[in-house]
Amino acid sequence: MRQLVLSLALSFWALPIVAFETEELVLFPAENETVELRVISTADTELFAPFIAAFQADNPGISIAYYVVSSSEIMVALAEEGAAFDLAISSAMDLQVKLANDGLAQPFSSDRTRALPDWARWHDQVFAFTQEPATIVLSRAAFEGLPLPRTRQELIALLRDNPDRFTGRIGTYDVRSSGLGYLFATQDGRTSETFWRLSEVMGGLQTRLYCCSSEMIEDVAAGRIAVAYNVLGSYAQARNDLHDSIYIIAPEDFTTVMLRTVLIPESAEFPVEAGRFVDHLIRTSWQEADGAFSYPGITPDGLSGNASLRPITLGPGLLVYLDRLKRQQFLREWEAAMVQQE
Amino acid sequence: MRLAFNTRPSIRRRLTLQLLTSAAVLAVVLFLIVSGFARQIGAESQDRILSASVASILDAVSVASGEVTVDIPYSAFTMLDNANDDRVFYRILQDGVVLTGYEDLPETTPGFATVAYRSETLRVVTATRRLSVDGAPVEIAVTVGQTRDAQAETLQRISRMAVYLGLGFFAASAVLAVLAGQVTAGSLRRLAGSVSRRGPQDLRPVETEMPSEMQPLVRSLNSLIGRLSTALNRTEDFIAEAAHRVRTPLATVRAHAENTLRRVDKEENRRSLREMIRAIDESSRAAGQLLDHAMVALRADQLELEPVDLNALTGELVDRLRPVAELKDMEIRIFMGEIGPIMGDAILIQNAVRNLLDNAIKYAPPETGIEVSTKTEAGFARLTIRDQGIGFPQADATRLTGRFARGENASGVVGSGLGLTIADEVARAHGGTLEMHNNTRSPGACVSLSFPLR
Repeated sequence: MRQLVLSLALSFWALPIVAFETEELVLFPAENETVELRVISTADTELFAPFIAAFQADNPGISIAYYVVSSSEIMVALAEEGAAFDLAISSAMDLQVKLANDGLAQPFSSDRTRALPDWARWHDQVFAFTQEPATIVLSRAAFEGLPLPRTRQELIALLRDNPDRFTGRIGTYDVRSSGLGYLFATQDGRTSETFWRLSEVMGGLQTRLYCCSSEMIEDVAAGRIAVAYNVLGSYAQARNDLHDSIYIIAPEDFTTVMLRTVLIPESAEFPVEAGRFVDHLIRTSWQEADGAFSYPGITPDGLSGNASLRPITLGPGLLVYLDRLKRQQFLREWEAAMVQQE
Repeated sequence: MRLAFNTRPSIRRRLTLQLLTSAAVLAVVLFLIVSGFARQIGAESQDRILSASVASILDAVSVASGEVTVDIPYSAFTMLDNANDDRVFYRILQDGVVLTGYEDLPETTPGFATVAYRSETLRVVTATRRLSVDGAPVEIAVTVGQTRDAQAETLQRISRMAVYLGLGFFAASAVLAVLAGQVTAGSLRRLAGSVSRRGPQDLRPVETEMPSEMQPLVRSLNSLIGRLSTALNRTEDFIAEAAHRVRTPLATVRAHAENTLRRVDKEENRRSLREMIRAIDESSRAAGQLLDHAMVALRADQLELEPVDLNALTGELVDRLRPVAELKDMEIRIFMGEIGPIMGDAILIQNAVRNLLDNAIKYAPPETGIEVSTKTEAGFARLTIRDQGIGFPQADATRLTGRFARGENASGVVGSGLGLTIADEVARAHGGTLEMHNNTRSPGACVSLSFPLR
């Protein structure tokens, strides 16, 4: 990278101006800077940096301030605190749709966005640029001598049959704090009752709760846990260094697929440059061009080829689980299943 | 002379314009009806979906351990998803207190309403349900609202279609209007054509096919023609009568003059008497020609066709006129060719030929010859009379067939100017021609009468 990457690892560091919690702020300065785009994102910097470099190469003079936050913090920053950002990139589709639905995003239309299929954009405000499956990551060491589960039912059976091996060694999202974890869990619950049986079993085996996919992958690879449920497959695939110690399973009964989305907030100072960023993002992700993009780009057929893949639909349905009462009820049930010992 | 009509815009243009105007009005009405209908249907279908959504949420309201909870079904909002990604807002009230949803939604009463919210226009539906919580009645009100982008777009699409429909309707009507105008004007033009194509002598009533609207006009026209025809016939009758009445006394006067001439010796008186007889002859001849002409005009309308031997007829006439020619020391030579009988009115043809021979004898100088010949030529029987006289003044050969027209070089000779007219009319009445020109190699005129052979 020809530009200096200034990485300020700011774990849970509160910026003086705003109160939302930033995990990391990375500056990608440009020579002869004319515009600084403020990007608020849930995507890990390492995975996103190559893309930003390619964007800056095509659009000289644009610096980028890249704020990494948790998905619910995007909501806090934009909806509650009215912070000014030019782009919001998130894996929590429901929150992105809510931002757009509540009028906190601005519409953007270009040849590229119009070329997107209907399922990949909502209200000309939310644009999908990746398709990332929720997978089960297994430790190779822990599964020695055991058949690999291909479905949730098989996983349930394995966990029940081998409580000694798995007690305290299962991980999944803490859906109370992780927006993406909540999205995956609600979609699972909506799709099949199996999810609740699995949650009961996992709760009985003292499942550990995580904030993020990357930590779960690290812990599985290191052997601290044996099974991580609902892990972003894209993150696991990206860790080439860990492939010797983990299996990545896309459950065959159904695999929830998340669409990572971008929107331009109402508060954007440079919507034109932000639009160029969106175009670049769509172009890169659709073409999966020359390694500049580490995420699985989206395919035109919307994964219709594989019957077990269930992409989450962008639309008002996503608002349902964000309802206060609905969320209360879901979390109450989830806690009852998953956190039985507490 | 050209009549100056008080011209109004043409029927075709007026008809076309009126049809186009009504087509335009109908097209606009069509557009308004279709888009109004589309607006209604669009609003109704959105209202129906919103009602279903509200109903499904109300169904999911329950009371658990003394508390009202609402488990909004996923489908309550997915059913509102549409191609235009309309935004969705909702609110659930318990006795007027917000339980969940968007607190700042405008107040609504049960039923449908269109409200302004967050700089958008929302269609909202509100419905209520009564519950009992710990024995106390509680009213739950669910409101679901949706922006109207999809409806607006559908409306726009249908409106665009309605515009095309209206334009198409108008275009088709325009074509039909122009056609109708042309057909109407065409039947008028056909009638006008059938009247104006008629020959000058044709006074038969008009009998072309025509629309019933035009029959009164045609009836009036036919009645006018009838009166005109009667008037003309009466005039011809009058001329014939007059000529006849004049000729008889003239013959008496001539007989008296000749008797007197025989008894008078004095040269001076004899010259006067001869002059007198000559004048009486001219008058008599003119009266005869007027009579002839009137008869030709009369008979030409209703030809009595019968086979006529042109050679025999000509020979007879030449024999009859030879004494007159011999008075001027003229010789008439006849060259008869092989010709079949022609269909014609013998009296008329005789009239024509006599007038031509008369002319030749009259206008040629004494002691010259007249050549009369007949032959068949291209389906026509042709009678040619050549003299060695002064010939026609080249310029106005055709003008001479007009009534009372006389050649400029004929002023020295007394004549009525009707001879060639009669011959020409007879030829035309039989479908033949009269040709006049001067001899090419010798002085004198050459006149040919042609009649079609059957």
